[in-house]
Amino acid sequence: MKYLDEYRDGRIARALAADIREKSTRPWVLMEICGGQTHTLMRYGIDELLGESVQLVHGPGCPVCVTPLETIDRAIALARRPGVTLVSYGDMLRVPGSETDLFHVKSEGGDVRIVYSPLAALDLARTMPGRQVVFFAIGFETTAPAHAMTVLQAAREGLSNFSLLSSHVLVPPAIRLLLGSPHNRVQGFIAPGHVCTVMGYAEYAELVREFRVPIVVGGFEPLDLLEAIAMLVAQLEAGRAEAENQYTRSVTYEGNRPAQAAVERVFEVCDQKWRGIGPIAQSGLRPRPEFAAFDAERIFNIGEMHSEEPPECISALVLQGLRKPTDCTAFGTRCTPEKPLGAPMVSSEGACAAYYQYRRHLVTL
Amino acid sequence: MCLAIPGKIVGFEERDGSRTGRVQFGGIVKQVCLDFVPEAALDDYVLVHVGFALTVVDREEAEKTYALLESMGMLAEDLRPDPAKPEKSS
Repeated sequence: MKYLDEYRDGRIARALAADIREKSTRPWVLMEICGGQTHTLMRYGIDELLGESVQLVHGPGCPVCVTPLETIDRAIALARRPGVTLVSYGDMLRVPGSETDLFHVKSEGGDVRIVYSPLAALDLARTMPGRQVVFFAIGFETTAPAHAMTVLQAAREGLSNFSLLSSHVLVPPAIRLLLGSPHNRVQGFIAPGHVCTVMGYAEYAELVREFRVPIVVGGFEPLDLLEAIAMLVAQLEAGRAEAENQYTRSVTYEGNRPAQAAVERVFEVCDQKWRGIGPIAQSGLRPRPEFAAFDAERIFNIGEMHSEEPPECISALVLQGLRKPTDCTAFGTRCTPEKPLGAPMVSSEGACAAYYQYRRHLVTL
Repeated sequence: MCLAIPGKIVGFEERDGSRTGRVQFGGIVKQVCLDFVPEAALDDYVLVHVGFALTVVDREEAEKTYALLESMGMLAEDLRPDPAKPEKSS
């Protein structure tokens, strides 16, 4: 299978990397937004392959990592209520809240379930009419359409025991914040391929015009990422700033219109806090008032939460690309995937977890 | 989280008023909502994220991506059946 072998062929990867090294006249600083891309870069050692020619900075594109601590605490509070079944994607269970995590709540007898799809949470609501089923709906633009469609389905069926604890984030406002920061060093971005599969990349073309920074939509495989990096370096070396698309097998300029329409119908844009970064204006989604019956924040009176991050955790700086995970004094010792201090050590897409899995040898323990 | 895996549509069914496909990932078949890809046809490959198809992918591209993901051992992790509900189709 020629096509396949080429795609996985280390020789091609090395050739692409050599080409990038040759064409780079200075160490360009590039950021991949998506945690899935961070994982691929670490897994295949692409950063090492590129040597000094390119410095890769890891972005905040890990929804588990940026879900606010208060929101984790709110999910924990809901899961402890009698009569509530809290349903979540698997990664969320080990994310530390202020005092505990959902996994411990489950082990103490709380009804916490893991699903792969929000539709499975809807099934639970149908089969347990006597319980309130709350789906912990976290995600970027990639995942929001699935959550929107699930709410529309629940509304069609008139289900009165299903709701979302919604914590959705949007990528372009976060890029705008990073680019507007006086500390910004990033000279080019790899835009997240699956976010753009849904949204297209018109918003990224706007960012390019606003900040004169090159942005290339990239896929998730080693050769996808190397190609995207090569496209960025070519732009930077030529003094160009354009929105380009490497991930053409999935992404179009317009994106997926039916998915966008579902999100637009159910959610409205809101200000959103990002764990480690802080509030970003107009960077989140919440259910529209007409879907209040499916909004856990409106149904349950959870109250105010006082939440504090562990002081040693530097995830805030890691998520903004200002520090590497290995700069943290707790990395690999007091903070591991089994016993994480911060969210980026939990999710397989978190930068700290990716470094722990593939770069532990860099740390002298 | 934004991981999306290409699979092949091997059948259709109507489920709870949604157009649902039976989508094959290697040896596993799962039910996938096709409401976002009304153009999807039998034998098409769709890119699937949390039970929803987000786009129709070119077949050659899909097979190579799938093989790569499989080699990364990520497929098994992402398609682990729901503890909440045993998969009928697997």
